[in-house]
Amino acid sequence: MSKKWNLVVDVARCDNCRNCFLATKDEHIGNDFPGYTAAQPEKEHSWVDIKHKERGSYPIVEANFMPVMCNHCDDAPCMKVAKDNAIKKRDDGIVIIDPEKSKGQKAIVDACPYGAVYWNEEKQIPQAWIFDAHLLDTGWTKPRVQQSCPTEVFKTLKVDDKKMQQIQEEEGLSVLLPDEGTRPRVYYKNLHLMTACFVSGSVVAMIDGVDECAEGADAVLKQNGNEVARTTTDVFGEFKLDKLPPGSGSYELEVSMSSGGKYSAEVNVGEDNIYLGTLMLNS
Amino acid sequence: MKFTIILWGLVQALRLATRIYPKFAERVKERDVIAQFKLKDNSAGRWIQFKGGKIKSGSGLHKNPDLSLFFQNKAIAVEFLTPPFDQLTRIDAAKNFKVGMEGPDELVVWFASTLTYMTTVGWKSGTDMGDGVTRYTNGTNGGPIFVYVKDGKIIRITPMEFDDDDAESWTIEARGKKFTPPRKTSLAAHGLALKSMVYSEDRILSPMKRVDFDVDGERNIQNRGKSEFVPISWDEALDIVVKEIRRSKAKGRGAIFANSGSHHQWGNFGHYLSAFGRFTNLLGCTKMMGSPDSWEGWFWGAMHHWGNSMRLGTPEFYGTVEDCLKETEMMVFWSSDPDKTYGYEGTVRRAWAKELGIKMVHIDPYLNHTAALLGGKWFAPKPGTDAAFAQALCHVWITEGTYDKEFVEKRTEGFEEWKDYILGLTDNTPKDPEWQEKETGIPARDLRALAREWGRKKTYLGAGSWGCGLGGAGRGPMGAQWARMMAILGAMQGYGRPGVNFGNLQFGAPVDFSFYFPGYAEGGMSGELTQSANAANNYQRMPHIVTMSTVRQAIPRKFIPEAILEGRALGHLTDVSTIQGQFMKVGYPAPGHAKIEMMYKYGSSSMGTQMDSNRYIKMYQSEKLPFVVNQSIWWEGETKYADIVLPACTVFEHDDIGEWYNVGAGYVHHMYSMNNHRVISMQHQCIEPLGESKSDHDIFLEIMKRLDMGAMYSEGGNTELDWCKRAFDSSDMSKHTTWKQFLKKGYYVVPPVSEGTRAPTGNRWFYEGRKKDTPEPYPLPADYTGNFGDGLQTQSGKFEFVATSLNNIDDSGRPPLNKYMPTYEDPERDENLAGFPLQLLTPHTRYPFHIMGDEKGCTIRDIKDHRVRVDGHEYLVAVISGTDAEDRGIKSDDLIRLWNHRGSVVCAAYVTDRVQPGVVSAPTASAEYRPAGEPGNSTDLGGCVNMLNSSENMTEHTHSIKPNTTLIQMEKWTGVDTWQRAEAV
Repeated sequence: MSKKWNLVVDVARCDNCRNCFLATKDEHIGNDFPGYTAAQPEKEHSWVDIKHKERGSYPIVEANFMPVMCNHCDDAPCMKVAKDNAIKKRDDGIVIIDPEKSKGQKAIVDACPYGAVYWNEEKQIPQAWIFDAHLLDTGWTKPRVQQSCPTEVFKTLKVDDKKMQQIQEEEGLSVLLPDEGTRPRVYYKNLHLMTACFVSGSVVAMIDGVDECAEGADAVLKQNGNEVARTTTDVFGEFKLDKLPPGSGSYELEVSMSSGGKYSAEVNVGEDNIYLGTLMLNS
Repeated sequence: MKFTIILWGLVQALRLATRIYPKFAERVKERDVIAQFKLKDNSAGRWIQFKGGKIKSGSGLHKNPDLSLFFQNKAIAVEFLTPPFDQLTRIDAAKNFKVGMEGPDELVVWFASTLTYMTTVGWKSGTDMGDGVTRYTNGTNGGPIFVYVKDGKIIRITPMEFDDDDAESWTIEARGKKFTPPRKTSLAAHGLALKSMVYSEDRILSPMKRVDFDVDGERNIQNRGKSEFVPISWDEALDIVVKEIRRSKAKGRGAIFANSGSHHQWGNFGHYLSAFGRFTNLLGCTKMMGSPDSWEGWFWGAMHHWGNSMRLGTPEFYGTVEDCLKETEMMVFWSSDPDKTYGYEGTVRRAWAKELGIKMVHIDPYLNHTAALLGGKWFAPKPGTDAAFAQALCHVWITEGTYDKEFVEKRTEGFEEWKDYILGLTDNTPKDPEWQEKETGIPARDLRALAREWGRKKTYLGAGSWGCGLGGAGRGPMGAQWARMMAILGAMQGYGRPGVNFGNLQFGAPVDFSFYFPGYAEGGMSGELTQSANAANNYQRMPHIVTMSTVRQAIPRKFIPEAILEGRALGHLTDVSTIQGQFMKVGYPAPGHAKIEMMYKYGSSSMGTQMDSNRYIKMYQSEKLPFVVNQSIWWEGETKYADIVLPACTVFEHDDIGEWYNVGAGYVHHMYSMNNHRVISMQHQCIEPLGESKSDHDIFLEIMKRLDMGAMYSEGGNTELDWCKRAFDSSDMSKHTTWKQFLKKGYYVVPPVSEGTRAPTGNRWFYEGRKKDTPEPYPLPADYTGNFGDGLQTQSGKFEFVATSLNNIDDSGRPPLNKYMPTYEDPERDENLAGFPLQLLTPHTRYPFHIMGDEKGCTIRDIKDHRVRVDGHEYLVAVISGTDAEDRGIKSDDLIRLWNHRGSVVCAAYVTDRVQPGVVSAPTASAEYRPAGEPGNSTDLGGCVNMLNSSENMTEHTHSIKPNTTLIQMEKWTGVDTWQRAEAV
């Protein structure tokens, strides 16, 4: 099996520094790379884009970020609409939109379920992140998104597909829009930070007539009587039960201290993350 | 060697150079000139004639030379002319009149530079990457970089990746794990955007004159900022500038006002403290006097409790990365967002801390970038009230006995008085958790939980963006009270104890502090000995001629408009040499000095970075400022408020040299401890200057030549590259590599020291009651009350809970006991502010560097978290809460207007849960000022949110800024501007 390029993106490490976004612009604005892609327009194109997701509300708030770019799919929807062999799949897995042959083919932009293909109005061509194939072909071992990233969000792997499948299973990697069946070569770690919901709260207990943060309380989430998630409150009485599917409906929350004190409520998980506020334990 | 032989040899060398180096032959062709070397008594000499590129020469004296270089006697001549040249000998000869020049200054500079060029023309820069690509290097505010150039154009800018020939990296072993930093430099966003900045559509590409400005007739000063500009030649522009210099100097000393920003491009020679400093000293200018602007609260406040004046009142940081990783259990980030402002060298170290399971707490009205990445407990006190939060922590520690009693007893003074205040014994108000809840909005139980955890666990207090001071709440109206509280919290927990200290892992990497390379604040080529750190090392290590301004008046930066419009402005010195330095008043006018006739504006950041910036427009349009020349790289908000604009070039278009984050001695001594590797960069000239732009140095030299000071300015014809070589020779780098190797490769990584010779942990010596052992030469010897090296810089030599030095100045905002005084703008306390219910935070931006990188066409402007494009215009992003947005019918990306009685600015909304209701956050990062109507009296569409901030001092007897919190109102922008400034300037 031949070795192919793959990219692993760790959402937990991304803090929106934008270096990957800027490095890609630096590489492509003003530079033509014949056979790979034409120069990127100075504005509007985000070949590497950063998606935002905020979860929760004060004081339990997360600000999460995820770079999204051409997924270099093995079953690429763009290739299906491309005419005149305008898009080629290289033996190393990289998908290249030919800057000459693709002229006028706006359908290529619309075909991408990830919104990762951009229309160059001036040149009338579709364009996307080329995995820095032009650099890899001259001996670079990683694309500029990885080189410029200060938080090690990206990991470039050149391995055969079997090995990649093994890595995906071992590290629990996900892909974007798996139902589309596009078989992306860009994988995500900790994707739940963008896609899942959590239930959280601040647990309070009355101690000697004073309300205090309740550390060490068990917080358990059940659905239809089955335990789904469990955690313990921290020194501030806070807990977060994560990785719940959006719209997964009704749950039973039970909070209890071993020293006595309980709180329970029904929680409905819709599209938003939930901060239940201050939960006073009953003695 | 004999004088005559040396001169004969010199001619042979010139001829040889013209044959070998076409570039040198071109140079020789530039002028037809007869130059002569001789002894002063005319007893011997040799002339050299350049004509049409040919060189003729003869021994003896020429009848009619264009210029002569003469020597006092043979011995001096031989010493002066025999290679290798000793700089000190040459300096000595020049300043003691052992050598001199006759002839036109401009020609003398050309000839002297040509002689030097003969020795440097063969130098090679950069690495050949094949395919016509050369990889150069540079140093920038965003970090050191590789610059790929093809066909005279920058094609790519990347971080530096180290190779096997570069020095190894350090390793820290902590809790069974080994940590080594990545083998590359990290870059801030504005570093990665530099190519787009170089080729920005806002670049100024030729000298410009305001179309309705006539230096000999009608100046139309009222039209500054309104009228267009037309390109003119360099000669025309410089003739006007020099004419105005002469006119101003004829009015008296100090009539020229030299006004720069706080920052410039990176580089020891291009920096404003260097080339501009030498220029303004030789010219004799009234200088702009900055405030300790990022340190305010530490400088005016915390310093009085523990000294550290040379660090502007912030604590030591040596060894804290290692100590924190090894020992600490919790890190409290208080108004501390290191991932925003200073690139990402410290980010990996904080990732290690997270990996080690160190608990994180963040106290900030905004869920900042560092907090969002690291996670942990978030407290969002009402802006301005942090000191109340801190006092309540003290209350819990005192009542529950969880402070470091031994440290407090042995190393501090004034604790009893402090304790009585905290417990409410002196004012009947216990500063307990319930008391602070009313002020800060933080539930008392949450504060108690934090105080107890802090009392139990070894904790690092990351105060301010550097963790050991700087920025954040220290720049707010309550900045001094807050920074004083940070020092006090540290003292109550025994700072210096293993695992207990100041820091957020941003400073204190185990790099070599003994390896000398000059920092930019050492003044480079300025020759200035008192307003820079030149005297500490640079002046001796790189012998050069001292320069000194003859002007004794200075204008406090914050009050420049008042100085011009009202004719006076007073401030207090940022004299860091000692604690009482800050009590000295200085200002404008000074006795015997002239009023300002012209402003030499260097850079164009005022609209975006100065408070209440509408004041500047009034100033610029006033007849009281007869002439303004602005020297800038880009058209920015302030640039067009000028008569003549001179186009400077970027750091890629001339030679320079510099070390990443090396400021030099004092101020931020050993600032490079922020970096994982010390990296010294040759800042290659990578491309030719764009258009007709020139380097700052070359512009100054042109002006100096017109005043016959060219030879003085260039110290006998030094180019920027020559100065770079002198800096290299002056540094310890010259002991480890050769100039040729360095120039070619472009960078040098300073090897780390062995584990046993790493700098000791900061403040540990004080905690343990030993003599100071950290590698900083401060405080100055005279400032020890006891024996040298014993104790702190305070009067008592101890940490002072009640700051006795504040007894020496009657400043109601800074009583010796740091009592809580809610002096921030508050509509509940001041009915005049009732119409402005929202608190605006104006932190530094994350993406541009101040305003650099926000110019049009910069890729940073495409970042949606920085600017949002609406109808073709890019609006600065303001962060607002969901509640405030809903109340006003605002959605993300809507245009919103923020205003108060000082200013009105349109931004684009970003609705978020990262701020609490009542709080708006917008960065001070606008390169653009775009008034909707009359400049200075209408709404700004460009995004200069500093328009809204107060220019008042933090406390009365200071020269301080307090921009971080101010009151505003907000509405969805209607597109129709009716705003008018309420108060006259």
